[in-house]
Amino acid sequence: MRGAKSAKWVAGAIVVALAATACGGNGDGEGESKGSGPAGYVSIDVGEPQKPLIPADTNESNGSYVIQSLFTQLLDFDAKGNVVYTNAESVTTDDSKTWTVKLKKGWKFHNGEEVTSKSYIDAWNWYANIKNNQQNSFWFQDIKGYDDVHPEKGDPKAETMSGLKAVDDHTFTIELKYTMPYFNYKLGYTTWAPLPKVFYDDPKAFGQKPVGNGPYKFEKWDHKKLIQVKAWDEYQGPNKAKNKGVQFKAYTTLEAAYKDVVSGNLDMIRQVGPTDLPKYKQDLGDGAIEQPYAAIQTLTPAFYSKTFKDIDPKVLQGLSMAIDRDTITKTVLNNTRTPAKSFTPPGVKGNQNLDTDVFTYNPEKAKKLIQEGGGVPGNKFTIQYNTDGGHKEWVTAVCGSIRKATGVDCAGDPKPDFATDLEARDNDQVKGMYRGGWVADYPVNANFMKELYHTTAEANNGKFSNKEIDGLMDKADKAKSLDESVKAFQEVEKKLVDHMPAIPLWYYRINGGHGKNVDNVNVDFHGDLEVWAVTTK
Amino acid sequence: MGRYVARRLLQMIPVFIGSTLLIFCMMYALPGDPVRAMMGDQAYDPTVVASIKKELGLDQPLLQQYANYMAGLFQGDFGTQIASQRPIADVIADAFPVTIRLTLFAFTFVTLVGIGLGVVAGLRPDTLQDRGLLTLTLFLVSMPSFVLGFLLQYQFAFKWQVTTPTVTDSTDFSQLALPAIVLASLSLAYVARLTRTSIAENLRSDYMRTAVAKGLPRRRVIGVHLMRNSLIPVVTFLGIEIGSLMTGAIVTEGIFNVRGIGLEIYEALTRREGATVVGIASLMVLIYLAASLIVDLLYAVLDPRIRYA
Repeated sequence: MRGAKSAKWVAGAIVVALAATACGGNGDGEGESKGSGPAGYVSIDVGEPQKPLIPADTNESNGSYVIQSLFTQLLDFDAKGNVVYTNAESVTTDDSKTWTVKLKKGWKFHNGEEVTSKSYIDAWNWYANIKNNQQNSFWFQDIKGYDDVHPEKGDPKAETMSGLKAVDDHTFTIELKYTMPYFNYKLGYTTWAPLPKVFYDDPKAFGQKPVGNGPYKFEKWDHKKLIQVKAWDEYQGPNKAKNKGVQFKAYTTLEAAYKDVVSGNLDMIRQVGPTDLPKYKQDLGDGAIEQPYAAIQTLTPAFYSKTFKDIDPKVLQGLSMAIDRDTITKTVLNNTRTPAKSFTPPGVKGNQNLDTDVFTYNPEKAKKLIQEGGGVPGNKFTIQYNTDGGHKEWVTAVCGSIRKATGVDCAGDPKPDFATDLEARDNDQVKGMYRGGWVADYPVNANFMKELYHTTAEANNGKFSNKEIDGLMDKADKAKSLDESVKAFQEVEKKLVDHMPAIPLWYYRINGGHGKNVDNVNVDFHGDLEVWAVTTK
Repeated sequence: MGRYVARRLLQMIPVFIGSTLLIFCMMYALPGDPVRAMMGDQAYDPTVVASIKKELGLDQPLLQQYANYMAGLFQGDFGTQIASQRPIADVIADAFPVTIRLTLFAFTFVTLVGIGLGVVAGLRPDTLQDRGLLTLTLFLVSMPSFVLGFLLQYQFAFKWQVTTPTVTDSTDFSQLALPAIVLASLSLAYVARLTRTSIAENLRSDYMRTAVAKGLPRRRVIGVHLMRNSLIPVVTFLGIEIGSLMTGAIVTEGIFNVRGIGLEIYEALTRREGATVVGIASLMVLIYLAASLIVDLLYAVLDPRIRYA
């Protein structure tokens, strides 16, 4: 029969096709656990880290959650932003330039190796070396000798930074290029974690299976599904794990994670999606979390653009007063933000109430200020944002508010995704303003000014430049003590109102939650849930 | 016929090269630099970006990059992901089985239920059950998959609690059932309608009358004479549908947290991971090519008059 003969060929073709596409359905051993994991473990919706788990190569939130559980750096901060010593006994200085670090004795890595001065110095030298392409290498730029290991072009001239010297096994000194009264605060960033010797044998393998000195020990990483860490009994820091372990579970959407929290398959969620916000307090009851953290959103004018070149700051003040922050945060943003009152968010040292009405909605004064300043060129401007991050709604609302209050036409300038948005910012192609955002790296007000509005600051994408402000910031950096520096930056902040390098919009708030199986879920200063303190019921 | 298959397989090579080059060019043309995007919103060091790009060969001209990529591919090397530094082959190997399971599940469902419903309705056109089917399929066609997804998830997982709301274990077919059905629903409607029309039409044809007049049993009349002829358009549709089921699952995979190829390619696209997108897309191209070959060969099984030269 003709048909039967053809059927043989069809079967043959299927075999060929399957072989060609290599989809023979190999039984990949997916031993995923159901429910919320082994007894005593807590689970949280932390997705797949972008990069291998090396402390200096991670600055996105998923990766840093895992890094923070596996590694402990010299010091950390409490919810108020005060220093809490973890691996360090003390970090002191007399002149804000040379810092002495004393380590606590008896600390070990998970493989039993002792944590010594060398563990830190060797790690920092490796992180800073340009050959190793570490994303956060610039964090070490204040240290003397950084330019030798990280030249702008070509190969490094040295393997080590001359500013790092070991005094003994548990004491070392850091010499900076210049004075920096808040340098110890920078040390609280996860990037400054030490590394064990085994790291240098094979950094690549280490990144998939890290050995740290933190409260948790690495167990397994099922890519895109789950990272599991186990509480480490010998940990001696103040943030010793109160649960038996953590599962960082990757979810594809906030909604999916939220459903699992409600149905008990997941213990904690970091952020509730917009669709579930109106009802999450009802669903989760006591488990609902709503707390501010040290992050701010701004509208940043591109000072090189046609619209905002040589603009009179009065116009920017006027635009700022034309934005009805109260209504927008309440309605469009579902109460997930708090209207901004200054350039620094609460929770950082030196946050103050600026004595100004520039951040208050006042249509009449807004109109007047814009007129006095000579108006917005062309009477219209654009706000650039990325459409993949849920910004469209508030940009539209802000524009509506400005249009209604002042008659200045304002439109969104959407970019399809974050990558495109960033490229336009980096290449100075922003046509009007762009949406800026900043989360505290360390809880000091300088972090929200020096890194954003200093002429030479890397993140100064609006290209704001003012000699007087630069001078004041440089002076504040030379202050003798942290308090003086913070005060000096407070003066800078007052001056910023006159120049308006950006229009602060609102501070972020975390709207997360946890299920009935866990307790003691707190939020730290940069908005992360403190996983180590969570207890199971 | 052997020559025909060989020729078709050979034809796949230029199609494969052409389509990968095209996707490669498209990724290259997109604005946004993957290495820069990895650095995020906060401060970063341009020296590091330049250094990483140099190491990955991303500073070379497009054609050179493509040549390097193809050279690697022929040695079985799909390349390395920029951010995670994992081999792309591993990434695909993680996600592919999940999608295959989901697709096969959905595909089986579409074939069995779709054709079954179509036959039942087609044999008695214009009756109550036929109208019922037409209404049901109209409903399915017009319903966006995310609406259906959320609806079923709410009903089955939250109200009745017969299944989990999201897929935590992709090897567990009871968890995969819901996403598979949602994924299948659109094709199901098409298949049912195609089958119904085809059967209803062929019922009135001459050879059917002949077969009945010869006194063949009804089972044979319908099972062999009617079905074989009526299935040709359905098989064509199903062949192409395999590919669309695999790539079109992004929405469904998102709702039900299925870590499959759809999400992988979406993530890679937003992060400008060119090599990952091209790698997955090449596999999809191969699957489409293979499916269309199988469909063409199936024609001969269904209708012996069709020959291959």
